[in-house]
Amino acid sequence: MSAPSIEKGIEFIKTEIDAPVASFFSACVHCGMCADACLFYTETGDPKYTPINKVEPMRRIWEREYTLVGKLKALLGLSEPVDAKTFEEWETLVYDGCTLCGRCSLVCPVGNDISGMIRKLREGFAAAGHAPEGLIGASTRAVEIGSPMGLKLPALEAQIKHLKNDTGLDAPMDVKGADYMVLLSSMEIMNFPEYLEAIARIMKQAGKTWTLASKAFEATNSGIQIGVSDIARTLVRRVVDAAEELGVKTVISPECGHAFTAIRWDGANLIGRPYKFDVKHILEVLDEFVEQGLIKTEGKEDAKLTYHDPCQIARKGGVVDQPRNLLQQIASNFVEMEDGGAMNWCCGGGGGVSANERADEVKLTAFNKKKSQLQALGVETLVTACANCRLTLEEGLEENEMDIPIVGLTEMLAEYLVDDDKEKQAS
Amino acid sequence: MDANELLAWARGPGFDIALTIFVAGMLLRLFEVMALGKKPDLSAARGSGAQGGMRTLVARTLPRKSVFDKEPLRIINGYVLHIGFFIVLFLYEPHIALFDRALGISWPGLPSGLIDAIGAITILSLIAALVFRLNNTVMRFLTTKGDWLAWAVTLLPVLTGYMAYNHLLLPYTLMLALHLLSVELLMVVAPFTKLTHMFSFATARWYQGYQAGRRGVES
Repeated sequence: MSAPSIEKGIEFIKTEIDAPVASFFSACVHCGMCADACLFYTETGDPKYTPINKVEPMRRIWEREYTLVGKLKALLGLSEPVDAKTFEEWETLVYDGCTLCGRCSLVCPVGNDISGMIRKLREGFAAAGHAPEGLIGASTRAVEIGSPMGLKLPALEAQIKHLKNDTGLDAPMDVKGADYMVLLSSMEIMNFPEYLEAIARIMKQAGKTWTLASKAFEATNSGIQIGVSDIARTLVRRVVDAAEELGVKTVISPECGHAFTAIRWDGANLIGRPYKFDVKHILEVLDEFVEQGLIKTEGKEDAKLTYHDPCQIARKGGVVDQPRNLLQQIASNFVEMEDGGAMNWCCGGGGGVSANERADEVKLTAFNKKKSQLQALGVETLVTACANCRLTLEEGLEENEMDIPIVGLTEMLAEYLVDDDKEKQAS
Repeated sequence: MDANELLAWARGPGFDIALTIFVAGMLLRLFEVMALGKKPDLSAARGSGAQGGMRTLVARTLPRKSVFDKEPLRIINGYVLHIGFFIVLFLYEPHIALFDRALGISWPGLPSGLIDAIGAITILSLIAALVFRLNNTVMRFLTTKGDWLAWAVTLLPVLTGYMAYNHLLLPYTLMLALHLLSVELLMVVAPFTKLTHMFSFATARWYQGYQAGRRGVES
């Protein structure tokens, strides 16, 4: 990447403006309904967090560059320009005050995809050198080391060794022609090793071949969060190359929200061609396994529990019914959170906010939404399917002295799998 | 220029100028949007984009329950304003006669007494919209000069029409001339304010709905 500059930032924003964006700006009637859909507004009460205001720099550039009226206004000095000051002022709104959760886009009466525009606007902010340090660091590590948290292959190999020693289960590496190539997020390698064990047990019972890829075991994509398509493309290409080299049928996106957005929706557009394999979220795969009778569970969790929909998986990913089907299998007292499903409230740490230390305070304020939702339900356990949501929620709960354990749905399902070995011994 | 001459100008050259600016302006705005194009989406589709586009185009006409419950009065007022405006514009017999003369098509109208009442309701609704805007922190924060202009040029035709029909304030001929002029002002201003949402609401909903349809997500 060449050195960032304001001119470059503006140029990038110009290239991001397409017919949908122009439609959105010319349709906005300033009704402000997006504000009530945004947890940064509802929890702070500050109107600057109104979603459509977050894309104001993009609107100014659109008007000036792509409309006759805007050009005339600019000539007469009647419009506000976008300059270094604008980038400074809006940086925290564009990154710290938005998790790209997409709730605003679903309530806009004229149908504006506001969060989609914020994602595009970030391309310009990153190019102008106005991206948060935390995200720059994560992106640099992802490109140079191979993971945003700086993890290398030996860390994963060590985990696989542990898995073998502790459970006798194998996590195969670089198996050609496997049914599934499994991706992980760094957090699953570092913080939640239960996930890999769960996958190994589930795949074994389902009788499916699967593999990890030494060249692409990491699914997280900080290029998507910071808004640098070059980085996002590099990271997606690693996965595509590995999957196509191994000739796998399906790539499984892990319990990570934006990883799914990156590999399922943005990836093909970033590399400029469709894939030669399918991409599914792990919950889609598990739901299929249960439906086809490939995996069987016994017993149910009795604790009152609820499910937190990760935004990128439910609202933006369309994986809404699958977690509910799975929970029906293994939980006897599952309750829905208010607005559960496509309209669920974000944890407050998505879209790169959790990697951005500067945003810690506003992130915890935004968490108050989830806090009140959970308090209203009075649940004993919280289930989710995104490692980033999970860490954000754990932090928020701890800060608020709420003692609710959080589990990943995949590992929970694995706990209730019928024990094959026991069954064999019995028969 | 007396009232009769003013009316004649408003009915003739004035209207032609306004109509030309309105049509050319809206076409220009539409062109400005469409000329930017859109890259094809290469991700594997889960569902139909076109179906999603159509669905969102229709579905966004009604708010989600959680949205409605927050500000039911403001949202209801939004419907009253739009529906009232369309009724007085398209279902008042003398207006239909104008469309008939210009386009050669006509349709049945509503009794003028009813139109009169709906006109009054529309005026009150537009005033209420302004009150809502002034009393809402977020809306006040977002409001631009263009929003005031758009509000004023929408109110004026309804107001002058109502006053002409009821012979209020000014002699009928003069008020009718002012009514026509206010309509022409609306037509001239519309393409250059947020009133462009009269067409771009459809493209905006379509684009978001199309993507949602392809991805198999709610919209």
